[in-house]
Amino acid sequence: MKLLSVVRAGIRNGLIVGAVAVFIVLIGMVQTFAKRYLVSDLTLSTVILVAFGLAAGALAAQQVSRNTTQLGSKVLAAAVSGLITGVMLALLLLVVSQVPLRDVLVNATPEMVAALSFGLPLSGAALLLIGLSVVMAVLAVLYGLLPSRVRRALLEGIMAVTLIGIFWEAIVGLDVSRLVMKFLGVKAGKVLPLPAGLGLLILVSLVTYVWRAHPQSNVTVRRTGEGLRRYVSLVLIAGALIALPFAVGLFWSQTLTTIGLFTLMGLGLNIVVGMAGLLDLGYVAFYAIGAYAMALFSSPASSLHIGLPFWVALPIALLFAAISGILLGIPVLRLRGDYLAIVTLGFGEIIRILALSDVLKPYIGGPQGIMETPSPFFFGIQMNDPRYLYYLILAACLVVVFLSLRLNDSRIGRAWIAVREDEDVAQAMGINLVAAKLMAFAIGASFAGVGGAIFAARQGAIFPMDFTLFVSINVLCLIIIGGIGSIPGVITGAFFLIGLPEVLREVDEYRILAYGAGLVIMMLVRPEGLIPSARRRLELHEAEDQGELAAYTVS
Amino acid sequence: MAVVSREAQVSRAPIVRVSVNRILLWVVGLGVAALVVWRIAGTAARGLYGPDIWIMQTLNGLVQGSMYALVALGYTMVYGILLMINFAHGEIFMIGAMAGYFVLNGFHQSGLLASDPVLALLLTFVVGMGVPPIVGVLLERIAYRPLRRAPRLVPLICAIGASFFLQQAVRLLFGIRTKVYPTVAVLSGSWTVNVGGRDLRIQHMSALIIVITIILMVALYLLVRKTKIGKAMRAVAEDKEAAALMGIDVDWVIMITFAIGSALAGAAGVMWGLWYKQVIHTVGFIPGIKAFTSAVLGGIGNIPGAMMGGLFLGFVEAIAPTALDISTQLKDVISFGLLVIVLIFRPSGILGEVLSGKKA
Amino acid sequence: MKKWFVVVLIVTLALMLLPWGVLAAPPGQEGKIYTLGPRETLSLIAAREYGNVLAYPAIVYYNNLAAQTNPQLTKITDPNAVKPGDVILLPTADQVKAYLAGERVGPAKGDAPPDDLWGVVTIGPGEPVRIGFAAALSGAGVDVLGLDEKRGAELAVADRPTLAGHPVELVVEDDLCSGEGGTAVANKFVADPTIVAVVGNMCSSSSIPASDIYEKAGYTMVSPSSTAVAFTARGLRSANRVCWSDAIQGPAAAKFVYEKLGIRKVATIHDGSPYGEGLVNAFAEGFKALGGEVVAQEAVSVGDTDMRPVLTKISVTGPELIYFGGFVAEGAFLASQRVDVGIEKVIFMGADGIKADDFIKAAGAAAEGAYASAADLATAGPGVNAFLAKYEATYGEKPPAPFHLHAYDAVNVIMDAIYASAVQGPDGTLWIGREALNRAIRATSGYQGLSGVITCQPNGDCGTGTVAMSKVVNGQWVPAE
Repeated sequence: MKLLSVVRAGIRNGLIVGAVAVFIVLIGMVQTFAKRYLVSDLTLSTVILVAFGLAAGALAAQQVSRNTTQLGSKVLAAAVSGLITGVMLALLLLVVSQVPLRDVLVNATPEMVAALSFGLPLSGAALLLIGLSVVMAVLAVLYGLLPSRVRRALLEGIMAVTLIGIFWEAIVGLDVSRLVMKFLGVKAGKVLPLPAGLGLLILVSLVTYVWRAHPQSNVTVRRTGEGLRRYVSLVLIAGALIALPFAVGLFWSQTLTTIGLFTLMGLGLNIVVGMAGLLDLGYVAFYAIGAYAMALFSSPASSLHIGLPFWVALPIALLFAAISGILLGIPVLRLRGDYLAIVTLGFGEIIRILALSDVLKPYIGGPQGIMETPSPFFFGIQMNDPRYLYYLILAACLVVVFLSLRLNDSRIGRAWIAVREDEDVAQAMGINLVAAKLMAFAIGASFAGVGGAIFAARQGAIFPMDFTLFVSINVLCLIIIGGIGSIPGVITGAFFLIGLPEVLREVDEYRILAYGAGLVIMMLVRPEGLIPSARRRLELHEAEDQGELAAYTVS
Repeated sequence: MAVVSREAQVSRAPIVRVSVNRILLWVVGLGVAALVVWRIAGTAARGLYGPDIWIMQTLNGLVQGSMYALVALGYTMVYGILLMINFAHGEIFMIGAMAGYFVLNGFHQSGLLASDPVLALLLTFVVGMGVPPIVGVLLERIAYRPLRRAPRLVPLICAIGASFFLQQAVRLLFGIRTKVYPTVAVLSGSWTVNVGGRDLRIQHMSALIIVITIILMVALYLLVRKTKIGKAMRAVAEDKEAAALMGIDVDWVIMITFAIGSALAGAAGVMWGLWYKQVIHTVGFIPGIKAFTSAVLGGIGNIPGAMMGGLFLGFVEAIAPTALDISTQLKDVISFGLLVIVLIFRPSGILGEVLSGKKA
Repeated sequence: MKKWFVVVLIVTLALMLLPWGVLAAPPGQEGKIYTLGPRETLSLIAAREYGNVLAYPAIVYYNNLAAQTNPQLTKITDPNAVKPGDVILLPTADQVKAYLAGERVGPAKGDAPPDDLWGVVTIGPGEPVRIGFAAALSGAGVDVLGLDEKRGAELAVADRPTLAGHPVELVVEDDLCSGEGGTAVANKFVADPTIVAVVGNMCSSSSIPASDIYEKAGYTMVSPSSTAVAFTARGLRSANRVCWSDAIQGPAAAKFVYEKLGIRKVATIHDGSPYGEGLVNAFAEGFKALGGEVVAQEAVSVGDTDMRPVLTKISVTGPELIYFGGFVAEGAFLASQRVDVGIEKVIFMGADGIKADDFIKAAGAAAEGAYASAADLATAGPGVNAFLAKYEATYGEKPPAPFHLHAYDAVNVIMDAIYASAVQGPDGTLWIGREALNRAIRATSGYQGLSGVITCQPNGDCGTGTVAMSKVVNGQWVPAE
């Protein structure tokens, strides 16, 4: 392989990684994380800076290795790549420290200079950044030389330490950790201590290394005693689900209830979008209608002044949501695909604006919302604590999961799938399109309505602001990320898209950025979702095959 | 392209079988129409507003509609070719507005805006229309190109993600404060016309916006109809495989489409800044949704449809709260209600689909 | 010999470094009783006695502390409204110095944690006093308000980094101004037993759902900016705020418009936010009660840009003034587009939501002559200018939103209450009874905050009640009249 092309690959990758690095520095990540410790004194910003060099090296080496196996070329490409990245960072440091850019780029502050220069004078810091980047780039190549088993083990060890380091404070804060610590008589700081970090690294790496040694034996073990295993695991899962809220404490129980509410909505939208193929971008409307119905009928402070108990108001909320689903369904029966998307989006906005408006204020409170929605009573226990509400939501989720499963295999479920695949053929086969579509809207809406009703009871006070377009987008994203049409997928999606941002609440500024980037990356890497349904997976592959075929014929 | 052909079959067949439902819809539609006429008649009978006010609102609606239309063009062009909703297009508009702000503010501080306002404005438009295509093309290259063959929801979610990402990137880079466009002295004046005994002020800026929009639209029309690249765009919109067989570089054409759409959105962004003064990283969201609505209203995939849809929506938004005597708070209820009514009677928008007849 | 000499020298030096003044006169022990003469103000006395005008809050503090046990003293509820003949306690110079350094009397010494109905926070030696902070830090339109409040709270901690030997730590969380976010953050704080109290939430829409959770857990909240009447109207024991309620600002503005400006016909517009809507309703009721006429009541939405339709509808009803409840962006659109509709002569008036420099920048020439009501800076603390200078130096810009002062005050009120209610063990351990802390906050009286005088009512309303009107003159907010 020519020297020139190796260097060119290095420069190209260096420029790309360098540009990403400059972007990440300029959005202020490095200075924000300068006081966030991963292990002992190691800050997250140092880790980020190190990662730039590693990425530059690894990418360049990977590109070169497509054409050559020579170690020299790889190291050269990596070094050049690391050098370019380092030089770009160093230039950024020099520019920010000399030119007042703060009026335009808000993060180009003295703190940024401080975070990039590690307390060194400027020239020294610039050299350090370049040196660090080159060394890390070369290290990345050397890491690639290790046997794959060692590589894997090390990687998992490092990932475990990073994850536990980042979430250390959250982990320590769990109720169960507090109990354990109290029992052991130890007190944990806010940062993962160095010995623990090292120990964890070695432990996880070793375990992975040994585990990988006998991959076959695992499978054989799993085959024996299948039935018993299943019962045991079922009992274990049930036990874990029941014990969960008291193990994780208030905050995580609250997060679990939110995840549960979004799972309810996700399962409902899954019927509309995933099964019947009707793209709905205004799904929040039904959530809002359920919540407002609950608040209106159960709150003594609402305009109705009825104050019905939760269990009576719940079916009313469900009914309201289902009827509104049908009412939305009727005018959009003839619309398809993206036309449907924008009309439903409009419907969601209409509901929110009406809830906010002065016109309906005497009835539903306008911007001031409805207060004093009581929490449900269950055999005399007031469920006003997320730990109790968790069980209510868990039960609702289980019911809805069961219904979804049954619907999936039912006559109407098959009708929906037929409608999704081809309306005309479906109609020709004797499926009543109107009934099938309205049914999908009504059932999807009633799931969201139940979610909304429980939401109102959990919040106590609801406001139109709780029902923005972003809720709809969130729900749609979570069923796609989880794997459309797949019930475990929806639950997984809810955990990822609702749970993860809660974990990241403390890095609030970058949460939505990470959410957006995550959606893009996920769609590029795994468009079928985390746990795709079998049918969907097949379809994607079919499309791919045909795509390849088309490409073949074209060429 | 299995996906496309399947849907092509679907959309060609008209649905006439749900006739009871259809009659019901006509009844509802006529009812709404009667209601609208009754409200307008009521407003007219009260005679609160003179002709000057109606002319002013119409002009105002045209200005707003021009900006919607320019953004809607980007939606509709991308949809015509890729059949995807580029949800991030509103953010491209925002980036144009932001780029325009930094340039114009720079000229304001350096004094160029005062000494040579025409040159300053020209350069602002050049940059405001130059930066968004870079972002748009990069977006297509990184996020959309690998997904051309994926099911349609996948690129939609990807575009939603890209939209969040771009918005937050601008927020984190340039701060969360509102940026205020400097006042351009030459454009801040107005003509006064006497209408029915009352003074009507027509701002220079509104005339400029309408003129620029017309120029851009004519330019786009000529580009699509008369040039080679325009022909290639139409060919790709019609059938990608066939176009590729005819020696058209499909990737290149798609890239150009994104670039043109982004430049138009950028121009709209700069005009938005000049007209409304305040821009912020979230400024693209509502115009994005409205422009998408306009594109659907006109018939998505259809270029004249997007132009018309934008102007129509802008006009309705400006005039409906007054004409129907409904609280302005419910403005968006009216626009989305209008959309539903239009789609009930014409399920593929006002102008249907001329550009790519066989796509839904 | 030499060794001994060095030891003696070091000991001597060390003794010189000890704060002898504090040791000699433990705070709260001494001071002199003084009867106010005619035309005497607290700042005059402060300047005379301590050579520092800024020292008068210290007089209020020590006087009110002593007034709890000494019936002879007059309790000061408003430092700007003392009367001749009031008998007050003047603290010693050292006490004043300690006060200005951020120290307060207390905590009480003890050997065991106190009994407390709502539970006790135990802060071991060297551990931080953790105060929660909840505001919207992301989310369109509201994030700038949240950022501003966060900076105010951060500066408060920077000014008083320690509390009775413990570092003070602000635990910042993002609540998005939504009910969902409010309850999530509340549960996070409630799950963390080291959080002493919460500054927040920012918006009424998240404060109200969150307050139920705090109430149940016995956590005290002090909101810097939840102005909805309902926030403190539900009889909660733990919900407090250092801003006013809409029921104060709206009627005050109505009175000003009716009496000072002599206007009889107004139109109102709100932006659909709970703040704007509540404020406008309070204004309209107040204005009607005075005998004025509200000719039009309209609303726009947050994010709207084209205000001409609403202004057109208003223009035909012939108001003399437009009263707007909402924030800077929509306010500036309304003010500037008035010109296009030809009603630039109609006065534009807003409230604290628009009283920021950005409003003038965005509305340009049309901002000229606009009015806004806001907390009276004449009653504001003497440190405001120093605070603003520090704000600009730290964050590189002027405050972009109105509530930074309130956030600063909320932190300080909580810290003062911790001093007053906590018990400190011999090894430095701090025990803070949650109910005692809440009682101490509700007992706050005459505290000279940056946003004004803070005196807590029994319902938890602590904010200043004095409203001042400002007007835009030559591109600046200046006091009206």
